[in-house]
This record gives sequence, C-alpha cells and structure tokens, in this order.
Amino acid sequence: MISPAFDAIVPMLSVTLAALACMAWEAFREPGERGPVGGLGIVGLIGAAVSAAVLWNGNTASFGVISGDNFGLFVTLVLVAVGILTIMFSSQVIDRDAIPAGEYYTLILFSLAGMIMMATASDLLVIFIALEVLSLAVYVLTGIRREDPRATEAAFKYFLLGAFSSAFFLYGIAFTFGLTGSTHLDRIGSYLAAQSLSDNPLILVALGLLLVGFAFKISAVPFHMWTPDAYEGAPAIVTGFMSTGVKAAAFAAFARVFLSSFEPFSADWAPIVWVIAAATMILGTVVGVAQTNLKRMLAYSSIAHGGYLLVGLVAANEVGKAAILFYLAAYAITNLAAFGVIALLGTRDHANDELRDYAGLWHSHPGLSALMTVCLLSLGGLPPTAGFIGKWYIFSAAVSAGYYGLAVIGVLTSVISVFFYLRVVVMMYMQEPGTEQPRIHVNVVSMTALTVAIAAIFYLGILPTQVLNLASQSIATIF
Amino acid sequence: MNVPLLSISWLLPTVGALIVLLIGNADGRHTTLIRWLTLIVSVATFGVTLAIWASFNPGSPEFQLVERHLWIPAFGIDYYIGVDGISLLLIVLTGFLTPVAVLSSWIGIERKVKEFCVFLLLLEAAMIGVFLSLDLFLFYVFWDAMLVPMYFLIGIWGYDQRIYAAIKFMLYTMAGSVLMLVAILGLAYLHNAATGTYSFDLLKLYTLDIAPRTQFWFFLAFAVAFAIKVPLFPFHTWLPDAHVQAPTAGSVILAGVLLKMGTYGFVRFAFPLFPLAAAYFAPWIAVLAVVGIIYGALVAMVQPDMKKLVAYSSVSHLGFVVLGICAMNVNGVQGAMYQMLAHGVSTGGLFLIVGMLSDRRHTRLISEFGGLKAVVPRLTAAFMIITLASIGLPGLNGFIGEFLIMLGAFRWDPRYVVGAGLGVILSAVYMLWMFQRVYYGKVTHPENARLPDLLPHEWSSVVPLCVVALLMGVFPNVFLKPTEPAVTRIVDRLQNTRTLRVDTEMQNAKFKIQTLRVNATTR
Repeated sequence: MISPAFDAIVPMLSVTLAALACMAWEAFREPGERGPVGGLGIVGLIGAAVSAAVLWNGNTASFGVISGDNFGLFVTLVLVAVGILTIMFSSQVIDRDAIPAGEYYTLILFSLAGMIMMATASDLLVIFIALEVLSLAVYVLTGIRREDPRATEAAFKYFLLGAFSSAFFLYGIAFTFGLTGSTHLDRIGSYLAAQSLSDNPLILVALGLLLVGFAFKISAVPFHMWTPDAYEGAPAIVTGFMSTGVKAAAFAAFARVFLSSFEPFSADWAPIVWVIAAATMILGTVVGVAQTNLKRMLAYSSIAHGGYLLVGLVAANEVGKAAILFYLAAYAITNLAAFGVIALLGTRDHANDELRDYAGLWHSHPGLSALMTVCLLSLGGLPPTAGFIGKWYIFSAAVSAGYYGLAVIGVLTSVISVFFYLRVVVMMYMQEPGTEQPRIHVNVVSMTALTVAIAAIFYLGILPTQVLNLASQSIATIF
Repeated sequence: MNVPLLSISWLLPTVGALIVLLIGNADGRHTTLIRWLTLIVSVATFGVTLAIWASFNPGSPEFQLVERHLWIPAFGIDYYIGVDGISLLLIVLTGFLTPVAVLSSWIGIERKVKEFCVFLLLLEAAMIGVFLSLDLFLFYVFWDAMLVPMYFLIGIWGYDQRIYAAIKFMLYTMAGSVLMLVAILGLAYLHNAATGTYSFDLLKLYTLDIAPRTQFWFFLAFAVAFAIKVPLFPFHTWLPDAHVQAPTAGSVILAGVLLKMGTYGFVRFAFPLFPLAAAYFAPWIAVLAVVGIIYGALVAMVQPDMKKLVAYSSVSHLGFVVLGICAMNVNGVQGAMYQMLAHGVSTGGLFLIVGMLSDRRHTRLISEFGGLKAVVPRLTAAFMIITLASIGLPGLNGFIGEFLIMLGAFRWDPRYVVGAGLGVILSAVYMLWMFQRVYYGKVTHPENARLPDLLPHEWSSVVPLCVVALLMGVFPNVFLKPTEPAVTRIVDRLQNTRTLRVDTEMQNAKFKIQTLRVNATTR
C-alpha cells in the first residue's frame, strides 16, 4: 500500500487517525455544538476494514513488531465489527445519558486502536504497550458517567486490579527476556524450541506470570473478581464493548504467545489452562444463575464464554485454533447486540437493567424482545444461531484432541447457562408487565445495527462455511 | 422433473411461519386471516407428506427421495436428507397432527394468536427435519431447534404452572441432548481417525468399526438423550408437568410426535450405530420399559386430573414401544413402529378431547364431571372410540402394535411379556374407569348440564382422528408394509452382532473351562 514497511500498521493507523480527528473536533467545537463524531469513527473503522481486507494473505510485517498475518487481520475485522456496532448503538445512548460525544468516541477509538495493535503485535513489549493503550481508555470509559457512584467505583476497581495484572504481565516479560534474550515472539519460540530449558524452573515462573496477566484480561477464574463489578457499573454499551473487544484482543495475543512461542512447553501449561478453563466455565455459569441484575448476569456469562474459548486453547490443534477465532466472532456480535438492547432499553434516570424490569417486555416492545431472545439463544448455544456453531466447533476441537472431560463439562455448563438466559426470556414473554413501561423509541441507526447483528447471528448459524474457511486460513499462516 | 419433496415438507411450514410473522396483528385485526393461513399451510404440508408416501417405494429398504448438498465441507457436514420405511410414516403423522393441533386452538387460544401460529409452524418444520435428517449434525440442529418453539408454546399459552413446566422441559431435554452432542462429535472424530476425513453422514458412520468400550459410552450418551425424550422410567418426570401445563395444541404435538423422537432415535441412531452396546444394554432398557409400563399405568389410575391421567398413560404406552425395540426382532420393531403411530393418533385424540372439555369447563378434574353422555352425546362417542383405540381393542389402531410388540418380546424373552401384559389390563382399568366417571351416571354438577356438543371446528379435528384410528385397526398392512424392508435391515444388522457377541462369549466360556480343566489336571 504505502510502503511495504508500513503496510501492517495501516488498519491501526486508520483508527488512530479517526480518534485524533474526533479529539480535534472536540477541542475546536462551539459550546453545545453537536457534530458527526460517530461518523468520523465509522469512517476510520471502515478504512481499517478495507485495509485489512487488502492485506489479507499478504503476510506483511512492520518494524518487526507488528505482523499483518491473517490471524491478526481476522481479529482486526472482528474488532472493527465490534467498533462499528458500538458506535452505532452509542448514537442513541450517549445523547440520552448526556455523555460528551467527542471524548467518548475518542476513547472508544483509541482503545480499538490498542486492541488492533494487541491482536497484530508479535513482540511481547508491543503487546504490553497495546494492553496499556486499550486498558487506559477502557478504564476511563467505565467511569465516564462521573455522577454515578457505581460507575466510579467500578472504574476504580477495574483500574487497580488492571494495573496489578499489568505488573504481573510485565514481570513475566522480564523473566522471558532474561531466559531467552529476546522479547520477540518468533525468537523466543525458536530459542525455546532449540534449547532444553525444561529443567529450568524460571521458565515456569515466566509462563505463570504471563498466564496471570492474560487471565486477568480475559477474566478467567480465579482472576475474574473485577469483572462483575466493572460490567455492572459501566454504561451498558461500554460493558458490551469491553466484554467483547477487550476479550477478543486479549485472546488473540494469548493464543499467539502460548500457541506459537510457548508451544514447546504446552505439556507444562496445558494442564493448568485445562483447570482454569473448567473452573471458568463452571463458576461463570453457576454464579450466573444466582444473579438478578441482567448486566451482572451477562458479566458472569461472559466469564463462562471465556472458559469456552480457553477450551479451544487447551485443545491447541488445528480445529481448536480456528475454533477460537470463529467463537470470538460469534460471541462478539451476539454479546454486543445483547448489551445493545440493554443499553437501548435504559432511560436517563433508570438503567432498567434489573431482571424484573424486563417483565412483560414483549407486550410493550415486541421487536426488541424478539431480538434479545435471539441473542440469548445464541449465547446459550441453540441452533440455528452463531453461538451454536461456535460451541460445536469448540467442543469438536476438544473431542478431537481427546479432551472428552472438558467437552462434557462444557456442554453441561452450557445447559446451566441456558437456564439463566431463559430466565430473561421468561421475564419478557411469560410474566405480566409490572409497572407501566415507558415507550422507548429506537433511532434508525441503532435499529440498523441491531438488525445487522441479528442477521449476522443467523448467517453464522446457518451458513458458517465462509467464515469457518476464513478462520482456518487465518491460522494456517502463523502456527 | 425431480421435485425436492422432502425439502419442501419442512421448508413449507418454515416459510409459512415467516409469512405469518410478517402480518401485522398488534391490534388483533387479522386474527382470522392468520388462523386460516396457518391451517392452509399445515394442511398443504400434510399434502406434501402424503405425496412423499405416494412416491415412496415400499419394497426397498434404502433411503429414498434423497437430497444431498454440501453444507460445511471442511467438516464433512452435508445437507443430507432422505426417508425410509422407519421415518416415512412418522413424517406423515407429523403432517397429520399439526392441522389437528391448529384446529384445537381455533377458539381456545385468543391471546397472541400470531405468535402462537408462528411457533406451531416452526415446531412442525423442526420435527419433520428431525425425521428427515441423515446427517448427524443436521439431525442435532433440528433436534435442538425443536425445543425453542415448544418451550414458548408451553410457557406462554400454558396453564398456571406453565413457566416451571416449560423450563423443566427445556433443561431436561437439553441436558440429555448435549451429551449426545459430545458423542456425535466423538463419532466424527473416530471417522476421521479411521479414514482421514470428518463425516457426520449416518450411513458412513454405520460402517465404522467402534471398539466395545467406546460403544458403551457413546451408546449411553445417545440413550440418555432419547430415554429422556421417550420418556423412559425414571427419566419421565418432566412429562406430566409439560403435558399438563401445555395448551391443548402443545399436548397433542408433544404426545403425538415429540415423544416418538426418542423411540425413533433408538431405532435410527442408538441401536444400529452401537450394536454391541445395544445388545449389552437391551435387557436393562427393557426392564426399565416394563417398569415404566406398569408404573405409568398405576400412577395414571389414581390421577384426579384427566390430562395428567392421559400423560401418565403415555409413559405406559411408550414403554411398550421401547420394549418392542429392545426385542430387536422384526415383530418387535415393526410393532414398535406401529405403536408409535397408533399412540400418536389415539393419545393426540385423548388430549384433544380433554382439551375440549377443559375449554368448556375450565377444569380438568374428573370429579367435576359426570353424566356427560346425556349432555354431549357426540363428544362422548368420539371419546369412546379414542379410548377403546388407546386400550388396544381389536379392530382399532392400538391392538396391532401391542400385539406385535408382545409377540416380538415373547420370542426374545417371555418374562418381559408377563409385565407388559399386566400393563394392558391396567390400561383398560384406568381408561374405562375414567370414562365411566366422566360420562356415565347422573349429571352431578349443574353447570355441566348446558355444555355445548361438538362445534364445527371440533368436528373437523375429531373425525379424521377417529377415521384414522379405525383405518389403522382394519387395514394394518397399509401402515405395516412400508416399514418392513427397513426394519428387517436394521434387525439383521443388530442380530448379526448379537450372535457375534454370543459366539465370542461361548468361546470365552469354552476357553475358561478348558483352562480350568488344564489347571485341574496339572494340579
């Protein structure tokens, strides 16, 4: 495109430029002026998508630390979808909640740039920088409603624990560097493959610390404590954004580091990740059953979904790697759409995110209820939705790698999860409305976003072949 | 020209559901239109299923009218459907009962008619899809997709305890089926290990040589899923709740078709895929079936609620079907196939008429009725026919199936027949006793004195059921013939492995005796 050395950073650059434009607009706008900031963001994201499509199969690399391989580009495309949907949902929500548009979109775009960077980075230090870029923006987004004490508390908790986990991660990088003399993933990988370090306990320390860092970001048990609070406190649409975007980016980096560089030590880390995956699936679903707040419930559900993704990581075969990518796409769209509905149903004074607020929703908002139901069924993994194909793919990876136990835990926990997803459906369809609900008008942009998301859920659920093929192409290049 | 009849048979109700969904009915203006449209679509679907029957060659055991298209090639998943003698009549049954269900809700359902019709049509599409699928992945998709509309039908339009019943139904069935999912994936993996490609093609998986230990586990996973669906004692506890709480149309479909998916699953998947394990488990399953026959009958006898009584009678009748399958001979399996159809018609009819009574009186307690014969003579006559059919009176549909099953079971192991025979007697006891208390005697409750007799839409749903019950009893060959080749083939397959197993056991035993002798002589 521009010059071979720059190619791989173009998607990231496009998003960053859009973020800067938003920031500039915010700085120079007249007081009270409302402008098309969201549109700027979407233009930047479309630029990123187009450049990612052009770079597909190109296997480019920039500065030796950003690699535009298909794996990174696939996740980039997922992140772009997450970004576009988030911005479209926000168009209604931020006006209602009086969130400053310029700041808000700037932060969203900066964190997206960080996420894309994280997904395409091939150097531990760059991954760390990306992690910080995206995390800082998300911390602020969590607490963007300053007058809300819950949001402030959530932001603070998230920040403290996040900073903590970053420290772990950095420490892990330091150990890795000390052992292998490099922070570049390829060099670490070739060094570990060539040298026999299996009797060196430091490698386990390094592995453990990196694992903790990643586990925090994907909110795997037992490092999930911050998740419910942060997800409940943040504005619904931000929760949707971070539960999908952050998870996708962190998982991409996680898979890249553990399945390529530390692949020689998979016998050491696979059993640990096995236990973490099982614990994450079980805790996420079992505790999810007890929730009465919808956002909190979906927080636990997203913990559980992290567990399913970990199953793909443990399986670590061709199917597993592609399954992670497909599942990320399916989960991201579904979860974001679900949070989109929650966000749209809120009012300025009332978040309307308690389960009982959904009683009889069908009678007042049949369309939104139907869309929400599709999202919930997809999260529960029922055909013919994206979630079903995702789960099926993940579990077939586990079975073909011989992990029957993990597959059985996975399917049983997904039945438990269906129980709490259905509670929402029961509320919406089978209970009478409690109080008079305000009629909520959904604007065209948000409705388009919802429709597209639902169409994508069915598309991935009924005709998954193309995306499955893309996912398998993506892993062919790097692992 | 080749018309893809099979695809049409499940796509027609799907498309119909989408069209109904698009009719704006927020103010209830188009309710009549929606009802008629749904009825037309379901009758047309029945026509398609009859056309399938007409173009079916009853002499061949092969799958016919097969359609196959690539779907997810990377995993060897195809859109692969076909019918043989085992699935053919079940599809026709589905097509037959859906219009009946639509008619049964003609007046009873007043709220949210559009959504009701959409779910009913989607349910029909998924049910037909289950019977058509020859690809295990496709089968699982339909199998799970079927749960969602049924869940809504029970949960929204059911009686007081509907939410509890709906969730219980959903979770029970899912808990069983997800384990089957793991086993399905395991089969595809074994196929990959054996041939290098993934495949979910049932016919290819039939030919896999699976180690006995693996068969044991996979069979269990499949069997639990199907046993819950049947439901086999002791997995039946969801059934009384779901049947009783569901609206009449839901009960008709549940009892008429959904329960058959479990027994169909045994015949089509669990037994022929894992013949060794099937031979090992068959006696145990048969014991559970016999326990279910007697237990269901005894519990039905003491029910004060008519709908619950019919629900428990299903546990008993389905026990017969499972017993017939476990016998694994042509009589038993054919009898099971026949009993599946007969039970669909007669229990569907029972639920239908009980639903009519409960629509009129808003109660289903037997003690609230009495002496109805004088008030509603035509309804009584219809109920009588269906009741006798359900008991298994010769000349009506219930007799043939039970007779063949007992014959088959007797050839296998006469001990089971003793228990099953007891069940036949008990079924006469509880059904006739209920009939007597509801219809004979004096009118004990004054509010019963003015109940209306059959209404036009009720005539149109009851008469076909009675006619079919009679036809099936008088001309059983029409319904038995198409099943024969396919059943014979499956039975041959099962019997071969069974004798194989007996042979190896004999050899083992001989070997043991020899070694004992050798030991004895050396000592």
